[in-house]
Amino acid sequence: MFRFDYHRATSLEDARAAFDAAEDGVFLAGGMTLIPTLKQRLAMPSDLVDLSGVEALRGITLEGDHVKIGAMVSHKDVAKSPNVRDAIPALAILAGDIGDPMVRARGTLGGSVANNDPAADYPGAVLGLGATIQTDRREILADDFFTAMFETALEDGELISSIRFPRPERAAYVKFHNPASRYAIAGVFVAQLGEKVRVAVTGAGPTVFRHREMEQALERTFAPDALEGIAVDAGPLNSDMHASADFRAHLVKVMAVRAVVQALK
Amino acid sequence: MALSINLTVNGEAVTKTVEPTCLLVDFLRDDLQLTGTHVGCDTSQCGACTIHLDGQPVKACTILAVQADGAEILTIEGLAPEGELHPMQAAFAQHHGLQCGFCTPGMVMTGIGIARQHPDADEATIRRELEGNLCRCTGYQNIVKAVAAGTRLMTDSES
Repeated sequence: MFRFDYHRATSLEDARAAFDAAEDGVFLAGGMTLIPTLKQRLAMPSDLVDLSGVEALRGITLEGDHVKIGAMVSHKDVAKSPNVRDAIPALAILAGDIGDPMVRARGTLGGSVANNDPAADYPGAVLGLGATIQTDRREILADDFFTAMFETALEDGELISSIRFPRPERAAYVKFHNPASRYAIAGVFVAQLGEKVRVAVTGAGPTVFRHREMEQALERTFAPDALEGIAVDAGPLNSDMHASADFRAHLVKVMAVRAVVQALK
Repeated sequence: MALSINLTVNGEAVTKTVEPTCLLVDFLRDDLQLTGTHVGCDTSQCGACTIHLDGQPVKACTILAVQADGAEILTIEGLAPEGELHPMQAAFAQHHGLQCGFCTPGMVMTGIGIARQHPDADEATIRRELEGNLCRCTGYQNIVKAVAAGTRLMTDSES
C-alpha cells in the first residue's frame, strides 16, 4: 500500500470536515473493495475517512411502503433483518448471497452502491426496485445514479447516507455465480411494482442496466412464458476470461426467466 | 502518520502504535507474534486469516489494524489458553479435519462462528457457511464432519 493517513469520523459533519481537509481523501465503508484496491496499489489516496463510527449511517427502518437502509448497514444485517425479510424478501436473499459470510459481515450497502462494480449484486436491487439514494446533500433516483463502470452520479465528497427501497408486489433476484469469486457473471433483478415491472441486469454489462423489452412483456403478463422470443443483445455486454458477451447474453435471459419463476413462488 | 490503538486480543489489553497501512493480520503476526493466524491468498478469498472481531468471524487480511481500535479480537491462540483443546479444535482432531493444516486456524474460527449462529446446522448449512474458507487438501468432507461434530459439542456444553 502507498502511505495514507487515517481518520475515524464520529459524525457526518466530522466525515465531511476530514474529507475536505484532505488533499485526496476517500471514504472507507466496509473496505471489502477499497482495501484490496489499496493493497494492489491501484489507488493512492492521501487520507482514508472511516465511516464506521457514524451512527447516522446505520439502522433499518420501515417508512410506510418503503424500507430505509442506512449506508453503513452490512450485508449480513440486511440479510437477517426482519423488516427487510418481511417487506422485500428478494433484497434479504440478495444480501445473504454476496461474497461469503466474512465478507458479508464487513461489506456495506452504501459502499457497494457507491463503488458500482459492474459485477456487484446491490446495484441490481437498487435499479430493479427503483430505489432512491439519499446522500448528504440530495436525493438521487436509481435511474439517474449508475452512470458507467465504477461511475455514479455522486459528486466528489458526496456521501450516501441511506437508500429507500419501495416494497414491491413481488420480486426476485437470480444470478449466475462466478464459481471462484462468487461475483455475478450475470444477475437479474425482477420486480413488480403496481402496474409497472422493472428488470435490472447486473454483472453482464459495463454497469447495471434495465431491459425495457422484458419489462414491457412482463407488464402485459407476469409469467416466464412472456419472455419467450425476447433476444438479449450481446453487443454492449462484457467479454472476459470468465464469459464471452454471447454467453452473458444467454445467461441474462435464463436468469430473467428464473427470476420471474422465483418471484411467482 | 502512525496512530496509537487500544484493543483486546485473546482477553489481554493491547496498546500499540501502528502505521495506517498495517493490516490487522500483519499486526497480529508481526507485532504480537500470534502466527497461528495465516496469510493464504492475501486477497480475501481463502479465509486462512479468519479471526473473530467483536465475536464475528472476519478476514484479517482485509482489515486495517487501525480499524480494530477499540475492538475485541479472538485468534486461534485464544481458544485453548489452558492447553485443553476447544471443542471445535477437538472435533477437527477427532474427525481428521485437516491434512497440511494451513487452512485449519481459519476453518476452526469460522466453524465456531457457524456453531454460534446455527446451533442446529445441517450439512448444507455448514457447506454454505464455509464458502469463504478454502482447503486444498481434504476435499472438505472431513472438515464438514468436524464442524458438525464441533457444533454439537459446543451446543451440548452450553446447554
